[in-house]
Amino acid sequence: MAARKTRSATKKSDATFTPEQDLQAYRDMLLIRRFEEKAGQMYGMGLIGGFCHLYIGQEAVVVGMQMALGDGDQMITSYRDHGHMLACGMDSKGVMAELTGRQGGYSKGKGGSMHMFSREKNFYGGHGIVAAQVPLGTGLAFSNKYKGNDRVSVTYFGEGAANQGQVYESFNMASIWKLPVIFVIENNGYAMGTAVRRSAAKSEEMYARGAAFGIPGEQVDGMDVRAVKAAGDKAVAHCRSGNGPYILEMRTYRYRGHSMSDPAKYRTKEEVQKMRQEHDAIEQVKHRMIENGAASEADLKEIDKEVRAIVTEAAEFAQSDREPDPAELWTDILVEA
Amino acid sequence: MAVEILMPALSPTMEEGTLAKWLVKEGDQITSGDIIAEIETDKATMEVETVDEGTVGKILVAEGAEGVLVNTPIAIVLAEGEDASAMDASKAAAPEPAAAPAEATSAPAAAAAAPAPVEVSVPADPDIPSGTELVSMTVREALRDAMAEEMRTDDAVFVMGEEVAEYQGAYKVTQGLLDEFGDRRVIDTPITEHGFTGIAVGAGFGGLKPVLEFMTFNFAMQAIDHIINSAAKTLYMSGGQMGCPIVFRGPNGAAARVGAQHSQDYSAWYSSVPGLKVVAPYTAADAKGLLKAAIRDPNPVIFLENEILYGRSFDVPKLDDWVVPIGKARIAQEGSDVTIVSFSIGMTYALSAAEKLAEEGISAEVIDLRTLRPMDMPTVVESVKKTNRLVTVEEGWPTSGIGAEIAAQVSAQAFDWLDAPVTRVSGKDVPMPYAANLEKLALPTVDDVVSAAKQVLYI
Ligand SMILES: Cc1ncc(C[n+]2csc(CCOP(=O)(O)OP(=O)(O)O)c2C)c(N)n1
Ligand SMILES: [Mg+2]
Repeated sequence: MAARKTRSATKKSDATFTPEQDLQAYRDMLLIRRFEEKAGQMYGMGLIGGFCHLYIGQEAVVVGMQMALGDGDQMITSYRDHGHMLACGMDSKGVMAELTGRQGGYSKGKGGSMHMFSREKNFYGGHGIVAAQVPLGTGLAFSNKYKGNDRVSVTYFGEGAANQGQVYESFNMASIWKLPVIFVIENNGYAMGTAVRRSAAKSEEMYARGAAFGIPGEQVDGMDVRAVKAAGDKAVAHCRSGNGPYILEMRTYRYRGHSMSDPAKYRTKEEVQKMRQEHDAIEQVKHRMIENGAASEADLKEIDKEVRAIVTEAAEFAQSDREPDPAELWTDILVEA
Repeated sequence: MAVEILMPALSPTMEEGTLAKWLVKEGDQITSGDIIAEIETDKATMEVETVDEGTVGKILVAEGAEGVLVNTPIAIVLAEGEDASAMDASKAAAPEPAAAPAEATSAPAAAAAAPAPVEVSVPADPDIPSGTELVSMTVREALRDAMAEEMRTDDAVFVMGEEVAEYQGAYKVTQGLLDEFGDRRVIDTPITEHGFTGIAVGAGFGGLKPVLEFMTFNFAMQAIDHIINSAAKTLYMSGGQMGCPIVFRGPNGAAARVGAQHSQDYSAWYSSVPGLKVVAPYTAADAKGLLKAAIRDPNPVIFLENEILYGRSFDVPKLDDWVVPIGKARIAQEGSDVTIVSFSIGMTYALSAAEKLAEEGISAEVIDLRTLRPMDMPTVVESVKKTNRLVTVEEGWPTSGIGAEIAAQVSAQAFDWLDAPVTRVSGKDVPMPYAANLEKLALPTVDDVVSAAKQVLYI
């Protein structure tokens, strides 16, 4: 199936991938999907508590962006963060063990689904307060500029978060100080039960929200991993060469409810089915590879098996690992000076 | 290998549900992502997606079955090339659902925070005319009724917040209000707390009576500047000209397993601000009566609810206009040996502790503050003069907390009557951890209250 427009306003991309890139994107997106399906299942078994926001449907956004980034580039996002962590190379065992609240989790079990971090992978969280990550990611860009390195900070947030005032305070400062930050608006159409048209003025043009601040913006078919990578390349080049911030509005879709306990009555089954059947990011790559002979059904089955094995191992670790030591309640509150 | 599909938990508090509908039948091919069934939980009807691929081998729980426990096998899926004989093998090999670690039972922290959901008995309230009929309702329903009643009698009252209208409230507290009052008076906002709080305060200056819902008080931190600098101080700064009749309401404090950013108790924060009133009810009757009082109050009122209490039922007097005055504590249980003072969900620990103490022959007087600012110190001091010993209970942090305030007030007003230092039971002085075991340790327990009571009694 050819890449189709997500929404009428989205330009059709003519970006292409080599067979190797297609294979990599397929595998990375599949890992996120299978991981999230497993997390959903484990939530159902009571192994994961509290809120659990799945990334299913949006995989092409982080995977395509990651393909455009280089060593040392930083990433920060909201509570819908499992996909971002897997995309930047964090270990699925450590992520799953954090979801179950075990000592081997990335935050030793103290953070949970919404609050995970990895200094090693330049992943700055996992933030539970809507839009808080936007100035924080802008601050990461500030530190890069201050230090004089050419690193770029990728700051992800939802289209719902895009209505918070601190987003525009960040846009303004990022622009006047020419900070190397890519603002990625993951427009999945909904903020909890609120459709974007009910909450955002000029909701068809979220990418244009930096216009008043002189920040260039682009709308991207976020279900087409090639289009995401191409837009990411452009934004990264813009930021690295000292031109200041860039906005990418990714038109995407979440298949599941907002969190595990959302019955999602605010949209029709048909709408979800249509997205899955006509625009699914993983299916697009799969069909393309089979059509052009880059991979056979058997090759893809093999990848699926590998990915399932990784996820199964993560799930097993996350169940067998110990809970944190009770003494951990009192650690990590202040750095011992 | 054939796999069993288990009855899923679809909310942090679900323990059983109704298998409302099967959307597949035996022999159907399914792939991961397919919706296979609909399940009714305590709050909603949810769709169940499969993560397995294969053929539906057997449906184990029939459509319409009620009270299906979480983790019960509901169907068997056969992998490619398997036939029915694999099903028996799966039976033998499938891991026992019970093999999941103990903390896996769906709502460990909820259970910790809200002990046994037993019938709560509230002693006769002197404010309720004798012979008044009592009806059992949840705190959630009581809050909704309070808003609806005030909206019916006063057109200036309107409700605003995230997901309050079409979604019927993130925690379903505003259920039905949009239907009854329409979108002029029940208003969904974008996610922009600082902005919409300023707008609501401005509307209050303009003569309206906003009831502003924060999805949780954790998000009100985005808006605290308008709550304090704009709402609380303007009457004073304008020399009494411009007050702001507004209610800021929503769940406050720890829910279950939602981590540090979503589990904070703001009781002490708001209680330290002149120009605000702060209410934190425990029972449904108080929730209803106090919310009606808060809406009528010409001042900004912070109305602190608790998510874990929303689903609890209490008796509420069936009166046309049940209003509980702000600023008056309630003696929830009379006693003579020790006074236990608490509020909101802290009352669950206080009352259970009093029961345990009673079993050991210790008579505890339990006071529910209900309002934190202005605090009803006369009721507390009166009780201390009788028992000579005081324990305070709250889920919030100990440092500069509500307990610290009470201790200071009591030592100033009743020092000579105290036979032991005032003792505080509180949440631990740490951000809320996510892990089930650590979360339990971070919250106070009934036993903490019992031992604090014994400590002040020197036993
Ligand atoms: C300041 C704040 N307000 C409200 C919430 C509750 N909340 C959590 S996620 C969410 C919706 C966000 O939607 P969007 O930004 O579109 O991201 P998505 O969930 O679609 O990824 C809301 C209202 C919150 N966490 N923080
Ligand atoms: Mg969204």
